[in-house]
Parts: sequence; structure tokens; C-alpha cells
Amino acid sequence: MAGPDIALPATPWASAPVRARLRRRGRAETRLRLLGLGALGLAFAMLATLVLTLLWSGAGAFRQTRVATEVFYDPAILAPGNLARGDYRAILAVAVGEWFPGLSPAGRRRAGAILSAGAPFVLRDRIVADPALLGRRVTLSLPVSDPYDQLRRGLLGRDTPAAFRRLTDDDIARWDRLVASGLVSAPLNPGLLLDPDSRFPELAGLAGALAGSAWLLLTCFLLSFPVGIGAAIYLEEFAPRRRLADVIEININNLAAVPSVVFGLLGLAVFLGWFGLPRSSPFVGGMVLALMTLPTIIIATRAALKAVPPSIREAALGLGASRQQAVFHHVLPLAMPGILTGTILGLAHALGETAPLLLIGMNAFVTGAPGGPFDAATALPTQIFIWADSPERGFEARTSAAILVLLAFLVVMNGLAIFLRNRFERKW
Amino acid sequence: MTPSAPPAAVPLPPPRAKFEARNVHVHYGASHALKAVSIDIPDRTVTAFIGPSGCGKSTFLRCLNRMNDTIAIARVTGTIRLDGEDIHAPAVDPVLLRARVGMVFQKPNPFPKSIYDNVAYGPRIHGLARGRAELDAIVERALRRAALWNEVRDRLAAPGTGLSGGQQQRLCIARAVATSPEVLLMDEPCSALDPIATAQVEELIDELRSQFAVVIVTHSMHQAARVSQKTAFFHMGELVEHGDTDQIFTIPRDPRTESYISGKIG
Ligand SMILES: Nc1ncnc2c1ncn2[C@@H]1O[C@H](COP(=O)(O)OP(=O)(O)OP(=O)(O)O)[C@@H](O)[C@H]1O
Ligand SMILES: [Mg+2]
Repeated sequence: MAGPDIALPATPWASAPVRARLRRRGRAETRLRLLGLGALGLAFAMLATLVLTLLWSGAGAFRQTRVATEVFYDPAILAPGNLARGDYRAILAVAVGEWFPGLSPAGRRRAGAILSAGAPFVLRDRIVADPALLGRRVTLSLPVSDPYDQLRRGLLGRDTPAAFRRLTDDDIARWDRLVASGLVSAPLNPGLLLDPDSRFPELAGLAGALAGSAWLLLTCFLLSFPVGIGAAIYLEEFAPRRRLADVIEININNLAAVPSVVFGLLGLAVFLGWFGLPRSSPFVGGMVLALMTLPTIIIATRAALKAVPPSIREAALGLGASRQQAVFHHVLPLAMPGILTGTILGLAHALGETAPLLLIGMNAFVTGAPGGPFDAATALPTQIFIWADSPERGFEARTSAAILVLLAFLVVMNGLAIFLRNRFERKW
Repeated sequence: MTPSAPPAAVPLPPPRAKFEARNVHVHYGASHALKAVSIDIPDRTVTAFIGPSGCGKSTFLRCLNRMNDTIAIARVTGTIRLDGEDIHAPAVDPVLLRARVGMVFQKPNPFPKSIYDNVAYGPRIHGLARGRAELDAIVERALRRAALWNEVRDRLAAPGTGLSGGQQQRLCIARAVATSPEVLLMDEPCSALDPIATAQVEELIDELRSQFAVVIVTHSMHQAARVSQKTAFFHMGELVEHGDTDQIFTIPRDPRTESYISGKIG
């Protein structure tokens, strides 16, 4: 057949220019690989620095200095009918006097400051829980106050001139005697996770913040997950006009880029202002975070739905499945790993969000874990904010420890996202 | 033949037009993929669509069960009647239409589910089986008809996507057959099959003819000649010629048909 000459010229594969080009390409690839490795190393180094710094400064908060104190629930001081209002300071004063016999009243007051200002409450709670203790002697492990905790951890310099430290030479000498008597210990501090917030750093814990964050995330998930998936399915599979869907898509993308503090203002104005919902409540916080997470979930879900090959939809429709059946029986299950990953990443983002919660008052001082989503509470990030803002030295370690707890939660959530993705991932 | 075939003494009723297409045009955006196609597709007959690649065979096939509705840029005009009823009439539910007009796609597209669930999906959504035993029977029959049963009987729970290309193609045939459609549209059902499986699928097609209208797109002239009674030749979006297969393959009216079947274009 006489056609145009379409034979291609033979390539001289062994010639010098071809080899040179091959070498150039090889070098470019090596460069790119090194660049990538460098970037990865840098990111990793920064992360490691962050975590190590936090560990260094937060380690102290995972142990709490305590003194084994023998207290006598003196019936002469405590009225059996009114145990909640007894003078527990007096009882402690007696116990401290037993440590240092022959101390002047002023010295005894000074020595009493070894124990946390919250120690009387520990005594009270113990006997209120068990009134039979009245008239008995018990040994309680009581937390020491912040300066002595710092002293044990070597953060309060003994070499500093006395005028510049919070403890006098006498204080330190008494402490050393106490240590020598073997009453002082520094056990692991479960209170960091199990106790609610307190004015005294040695007693402050994250229980309230953890419960608050849990309620927040639950509310946020229950609102944003169904709504987000529903919106995405509608837009991706059912929306009639492309143009309208595009406009909505642009708006959703913009919504995802709105600074989170703006959502807080919205929550303040609408949920607290108009609807009069309770301030500082995880429910309101969860609604605000849901507004913030919604665009992320919608975008992730749409991407996951788009990634399902159209041939699967065609197969279902071709068998006489309705659109809804095709989506719910075939497309959605295939998109689920992507949807879950996006959702969890959105929730992890919400977990660390601070600014909108500050605006709806979730940085209040709350000394009890919330019992439900409508109780006043803090959340992990706002608790970190409160502690970081507190002047007591002891809160420094607590802040770092709280950040570590928050990071641990984020790691767990991201791990869950990866696990779910691998677990549900199926090939087609 | 199988025992289910009607006794030879009872003559088949004369074929009547199952589908009547009049002046059908399809545009994909600005491109005019199908031009003024008018054709009758008779019942209880195998009709073969032949023509060079890209001439619009699949496009026309997808018009018959309104699969083109699912392509945003596709626009179909003209009239197509199924049993005398316009399939684009507002009263017609495309879901029911697609249940009546089954389709085997050009590219095998099994669901990423088990082989059993693939075949059982249609009967399930249409409620064709009462109970598990009945469903099992439908699945087995469909797989047998698609000549796949012997290969997969021991691994019905294995994923359909794990089968070979040719097995997937037969799985899709079984899936389409399982819903007992009135018309079966098959887009190159044998493109990835070996000669033995091809012969089995052709036997199935021949058998289906006793109850259904079958439309088959094929690139094999031999296959068209073997299985079909009617043939339609498409070229560049036009239906050039259609009629009895014998006539098309022996005395084509149009020179383009002649050069295509003798291997000169396409
Ligand atoms: N989804 C689509 N979007 C845009 N154009 C399409 C689409 N599907 C088909 N076309 C175009 O329509 C024309 C006909 O395509 P069609 O798939 O019907 O060809 P065909 O005859 O089935 O070819 P083949 O034998 O290769 O399968 C082609 O030019 C193709 O590019
Ligand atoms: Mg085709």
C-alpha cells in the first residue's frame, strides 16, 4: 500500500549524547531524592525537638512529691454532725508539729506550708467518705506545695541568695530533715489525668478537660459526620445542575479556609446570644467545631466518592438499581476508607482547636468534670491555655504534660485513621 | 440443546419489533457521535452491531437502556420505543427500564464483592427470590449459563475482582442474566474469552434467543455471522445498513459495508 513514509529514524542508543542525557537524568533524580530526604529530615528534627522539649519540661508533672503524714481525726476539733466544715488546718498543724517537735508557733506555721494548700481538702474528703475515721489515726500521702516540689526536683536553686528564693534557709533545712526521715516520696501522679482543675498546681489535673474534650468531639462527630456525608453525597451524586454544584463547592472550600476564631464569634452570637444555650458547655463548643469540621468532611467525602470508578456505578445502574441503591450499596462502601480518614483528620484538627472555644467561654475555671454536654467544662487545648497563663511555677510542668497528653490523643486518632484506611481498603 | 428449550413442534411466534428507534442522535458535548439512526430490533432474535472502532456501536447500545442518562455531557434526541412505548416518556422509570433491558458492558466491571454477591445483587434488589435456597438456585443457574460455574463453584465467596479478565467478563454476563431481563445488550462479551468460553457464551446467546431479544456488539465478523440473524453496520456515527445477517454478509448493499466485512476499512 502506497502511503506517506511514516518510518521513524533509528535511535543511536549507544551514542555519547544519549548517554550524557541518561546521566543528566540520573543526577536530577538523585538531587530530587536528596532534597526530599532533607525536607523529611528537617520536619522530623523539628518534631523531635518539640516532643523532647515537652518531655523535658513536662516530665515533672507525671510524678508528684508527697509526704506520708500521720493525722489524728481529733473529735475535739471535728464535730461529728458537720464533718464537711471541720477545721482541718488545725488537724494538719498538729501533724506537722509531730514532725518537728519543739517548734515555735510561727515556725510551725512556716513548716505547715510544706503541705499543699489543698491538703486540708484531702483530709476532709477522706473522712466525709468514711465518717468512721473520727477519733482514729490514719497515714495519708499528702501532696506538698509547689515550692517544695520544685525543690525536690532541683528546680529551686539552693545556691541562689536567700533573698531571691521563695524558701528560707530554715525552710530548706526542715525539708531536708523531713526527707531524711524517709516520709517523702515521689510516686507516679495519676491525678494528672484523674483529678479536675485546681488553683494549686500540685492538685490540678486534666479530668475536666478530658471529659470536656470527649463531649466536644462526640457532639462534633454526631453533627458533622452525617450532615457532611449527606451534603457530599447529594452534591456528588444527585445535585442536578453542575453550575450550582460548582458554586456550592467554591463556597465550601472558602468555608474551610475561614479562620476558626470567626466560627467562635458565630457561636457566641448565635448559639449563646440568640438561642441562649449555656456558656462554656461542650455542646455549644461541639456545634462550633462541627461547623468548622463540616467543610473538611464534605471535601474529603466528595474526593473519596469521586475516586470510585464510574464503572461501578454503571454496573449497578445497568442492573436496574436506583441511584440511591447504587450509591449506598456500592459507591459509599468503597469510599468509606477515604471518608473515615478525612473525618478523623477533621476531628483531630477540632480536638486541638482553641480560639473558638475561648470565645464561647470554655476557658472558665471549672473545678469538676462535666457530667454531660451541657455542664460548664474546659477542653484540653483551653486547659493548656489556662495553665500556660497561670503564674505558679508548678503549672509550667503541667502545661507541658497537658500538651503531651493532647499530642498523644492526636497520635492515637491519626493512628486510628491509618488503621481504618488499611482495614477497609479494597481494590477494584 | 437443553431440556428447557421448547419442543420443535411448536413454532415460535413471528418476531415482532422489540425496539423501534427513529432518528436517534447522540451528542457528547460538541461532538456528534451518533447521527439519525433508525432501526427496528426484533424480539427473539440476535442482532449484531458491527463497525469500526469509535463508530458509535456502544453509544447506540447505551441509548437502548438509557445508560447515556448517566453521562452528564451526553444528549440523546429522537424516539426509541420498547414494545411500542417511548422509553423517554416521563412516565417511564429508567430504573425499571434497566431491569427489563439488561446490559453487559464493554469493560468487565464486577463489584468488589464476592462472586455470589455479584450475581445475587440483581435478584436481591428486585426481590426475585424468596429465601436463600431460591437465590442459590438463581445464582447457580446464571453462572452455569455464563459457562463459569465449573470454575467458581468452590469459591463463590471469593471476590469477583480476583478473577481473570475472561472470567470477569462471564461473571458480568451471569450477573446480567440473573435478573431475567427481556432484552440483553452485550457489548463485546467475548473480547477477552478463549475459543472454548466463546463457544459457550455463543451457545448461551443462541439459547436466550428463544425468550429474549439479544443485541450483541462484536468485532468478529465470524461471530456476527455465527450467532446473529440480523446485523447492523455502523460507520462514523451513521447506521449504514442493516438487515438479515445472511444478506449483509453475502450481498451488502453499501460499498462501505462490503469493504468493512472484507477487511478493507476499520
Ligand atoms: N463518555 C463519552 N464522552 C465523550 N465522548 C464519548 C464518550 N463515549 C464515547 N464517546 C465518543 O463517541 C464516539 C463513539 O464511541 P463508542 O464508544 O460508541 O464507539 P464504539 O463503536 O463502541 O467503539 P469500540 O468498538 O472501540 O468500542 C467516539 O468518537 C467516542 O470518542
Ligand atoms: Mg464500544
